[in-house]
Amino acid sequence: MWNFPFLPDQASEQANQVDGVMYVLLAVTAFFTVLIAGQVIFFGIKYRAGSKANRSGRKSTSHNLEAFWIGSTFIICVVMYIISTHVFFQMYNPPADASEIYVVAKRWMWYLQHPEGRREQDELHVPLGKAIKLVMTSQDVIHSFYVPAFRVKQDVLPGRTTALWFRPTKAGAYNLFCAEYCGSDHSRMIGTVYVMEPSDYERWLTGGPESGGRVSMASAGEQLFQKNHCSDCHSPAGQPNRGPTLVGLHGGNAPIQQKGGSVSMVKADDAYIRESILDPRAKLVAGFEPIMPSFKDQISEQDLFQIIAYIKSLGKGQEGGR
Amino acid sequence: MSGTLVEPHAHSGHRPPEEVENYIAAEHSVRSWLLTVDHKRIGILYMVSITLFFFIGGVMATLIRLELMTPKGDILKSADEYNRLFTQHGIVMIFFFLIPSIPAVLGNFLIPLQIGARDLAFPKLNLLSWYIFIIGGAISLGVMVTGGVDTGWTFYTPFSSMYSNTNVIATAIGVFIVGFSSILTGLNFIVTIHTMRCPGMTWGRLPLFCWATYATSLVQVLGTPVLAITIALLGLERLLHVGIFDPKLGGDPVLFQHMFWFYSHPAVYIMVLPSFGVLNEIIPCFSRRPIFGYKFMAGAILAISMLGFLVWGHHMFVSGQSMYAGMIFAILSLLVGIPSGIKVFNWTATMYKGQIIGKTPMLYALGFVGLFTIGGLTGLMLASLAIDVHVHDTYFVVAHFHYIMVGGATMAYLGGLHFWWPKISGRMYPEFWGKVAAMIIFVGFNLTFFPQFLLGYLGMPRRYYEYRPEFQILHVMSTAGSSILAVGFAMPLVYLILSLWYSPKAPANPWGATGLEWTTPSPPPPYNFETTPIVTEGPYQYDHDEVAHA
Ligand code: HEM
Ligand SMILES: [Cu+2]
Repeated sequence: MWNFPFLPDQASEQANQVDGVMYVLLAVTAFFTVLIAGQVIFFGIKYRAGSKANRSGRKSTSHNLEAFWIGSTFIICVVMYIISTHVFFQMYNPPADASEIYVVAKRWMWYLQHPEGRREQDELHVPLGKAIKLVMTSQDVIHSFYVPAFRVKQDVLPGRTTALWFRPTKAGAYNLFCAEYCGSDHSRMIGTVYVMEPSDYERWLTGGPESGGRVSMASAGEQLFQKNHCSDCHSPAGQPNRGPTLVGLHGGNAPIQQKGGSVSMVKADDAYIRESILDPRAKLVAGFEPIMPSFKDQISEQDLFQIIAYIKSLGKGQEGGR
Repeated sequence: MSGTLVEPHAHSGHRPPEEVENYIAAEHSVRSWLLTVDHKRIGILYMVSITLFFFIGGVMATLIRLELMTPKGDILKSADEYNRLFTQHGIVMIFFFLIPSIPAVLGNFLIPLQIGARDLAFPKLNLLSWYIFIIGGAISLGVMVTGGVDTGWTFYTPFSSMYSNTNVIATAIGVFIVGFSSILTGLNFIVTIHTMRCPGMTWGRLPLFCWATYATSLVQVLGTPVLAITIALLGLERLLHVGIFDPKLGGDPVLFQHMFWFYSHPAVYIMVLPSFGVLNEIIPCFSRRPIFGYKFMAGAILAISMLGFLVWGHHMFVSGQSMYAGMIFAILSLLVGIPSGIKVFNWTATMYKGQIIGKTPMLYALGFVGLFTIGGLTGLMLASLAIDVHVHDTYFVVAHFHYIMVGGATMAYLGGLHFWWPKISGRMYPEFWGKVAAMIIFVGFNLTFFPQFLLGYLGMPRRYYEYRPEFQILHVMSTAGSSILAVGFAMPLVYLILSLWYSPKAPANPWGATGLEWTTPSPPPPYNFETTPIVTEGPYQYDHDEVAHA
């Protein structure tokens, strides 16, 4: 009966760090709780009405005492802040070598897609020891991707992408929960994360039901690029056409026409590309007419991820622009 | 402030004492209650109405806990039903019980008495506030019987604005309306405390209960309009599809969270600051000692109320707001720990070398000190970014805010109710049953909510109708605790009502307390004081033989 765990599995690098911070804070909390409760009980008994305890020399104000507890709580708060923010900083910034997996949340399911092309639903397979970055968006309301064993959580928003990363350190199967209330079946919007040995993961990646005809996200994106007639204006050959070429765009800078006529450089990241597809007029590339139609409501979130993967595959841009 | 009054005493005149007319006996008709402008009677009107809401909210809580005994859905027919229950439980408890509890009941009753005034500055506005409260409450109750609402008390968009197919608009109107009651009450208190203090009642002699209610009122007046605006925008989007929060319409869902928490974080201080006020009256009285560090106590209350406006983003660490915003909100939130610490340390310092009397109000107050300490420290954990990422939106948060709102604010309300019951009703409460109930509540509370900290750290998300079987043991413990808690809450309802007939009559000052409210008979006459009191020294003069007398 008493063999329930007090900690969830520690299955990621972050898990150990977060628990480390937790132990420190737990010690602080326990110390003050015992101190305060101890004083309440001790004074309550020792100074109960009529007891013989010595009550001489009492005061009802003391600047030194006030300064002492203001000072000590301040120091404790700052220490808490430093150790927890240090860990948060690492949790927030994925390492450069993290491999990306794409997540689309939709009431009440999780759709996941690996760049190599394998898709899954309510399950996520990842290799042990490798940093994984999830790029996530929602088709409807706000959800939140939560894996307690990794101590990571990030809201998944409609209309934009958010990211989360972890490095699994222990093979096994772990709970995946939706943590942001999203309506009727919120409590069933759950799944499992499988952490596999890298070799098993490789095998898994190429297996699965559609293994015969599977294409990578980038090639699937290429097909969508043709099908939606993006290629009519954006020549894949590298020359500007009616629209700018997308070769060597991702990761570089795009020259954007400003209101007054000046041109400024904007980082061409996933969010920029997403916005350019859904709302082309928000940022116009200098030298082109505002003729691109919006693809809002015409391309699903999953397809968007594939098109972006394709554009990414067209080569990485230079910081200074093309 | 006994002995600070300039004579004559209330019954030195022609009338024998037992014939002093009191505010309860003054008139008997229902009409005389419903059209009263006496702040004391209006306090009673609020007391009756929020007690009703408390028990409605309590029944919902019981159903939620029963449902959670097993991992699968069983007691309730569907997940939707569960979602409506926790939403309505939250709305009732927060907007219709806790926010009005201490300010509208005890504040209404006590502020004029404590500052030596005849009534609040705007008695008719005070009655209007109650009617507004009742209209808002009736609308919300109406929603609950005609289908309910399932957005969570937080109304997050775009779920609430575009996806939920329950009565969001009607509920929002109810909350919108009740907000005005809160604003008007706050305004009334602020003006009253500024302009109606009796001669000699300087700011430095103001009882800390008044300071706390004053700070609360400031927050109510400054914060609640933002809630009203937020709700109005939500309604615009839901009814007219004006794109404000839903990205499909061109809006930004996180904007709603900023606006909502800009009010609702200060609102959690609306719920807890008044309890500080209550404790500041009870602890000195039953320690027979002046409050330790009066100026720091008043300062801490004001500091918390103002800092409270700068920390809303700590509800949004994983919402997609920028990392740097998160870092700023984290340090500001941690700083709230300092004034909170001042309060707790000064309470224990007040007990030091006192003559401690363990009456029921004191038991509630001491329970508050312990539970608020746990609630506050777990709040610091939540403000520590790395921890919050893991436990945000889990039962850890549920446990944290129940420690503050039930273990803290509700216990303080009950403590205050017992402390001033002789003054309010003119009867003593039964001491034995009072102590038993206080202890049952304390035990039941901890059994209900402590397991939820463990659940949360283990990863159990909140607002789940069904859950993974490994969480069951802790849920069963919590449900068991809640049944004890329910008994504890039902007891005062019974014995306080019975005390009106069966308990001995209360003297003017049964606790030997300082404070002007104790200088007038119990229950007070409609006009409060026979002659306007004149104050000549600070509050809490329990102890004249102390060193370094200020
Ligand atoms: C030292 C003081 C406190 C600190 C540092 C603190 C900190 C926090 C933090 C960081 C959260 C967000 C947790 C999350 O959503 O992940 C939170 C939630 C909450 N706190 Fe506190 N808190 C304190 C005191 C209070 C008080 C006094 C109250 C109420 C009277 C309160 C009521 C709440 C409520 C209601 C929530 C949850 C709201 C919701 O998501 O439904 N807290 N607190
Ligand atoms: Cu969800």
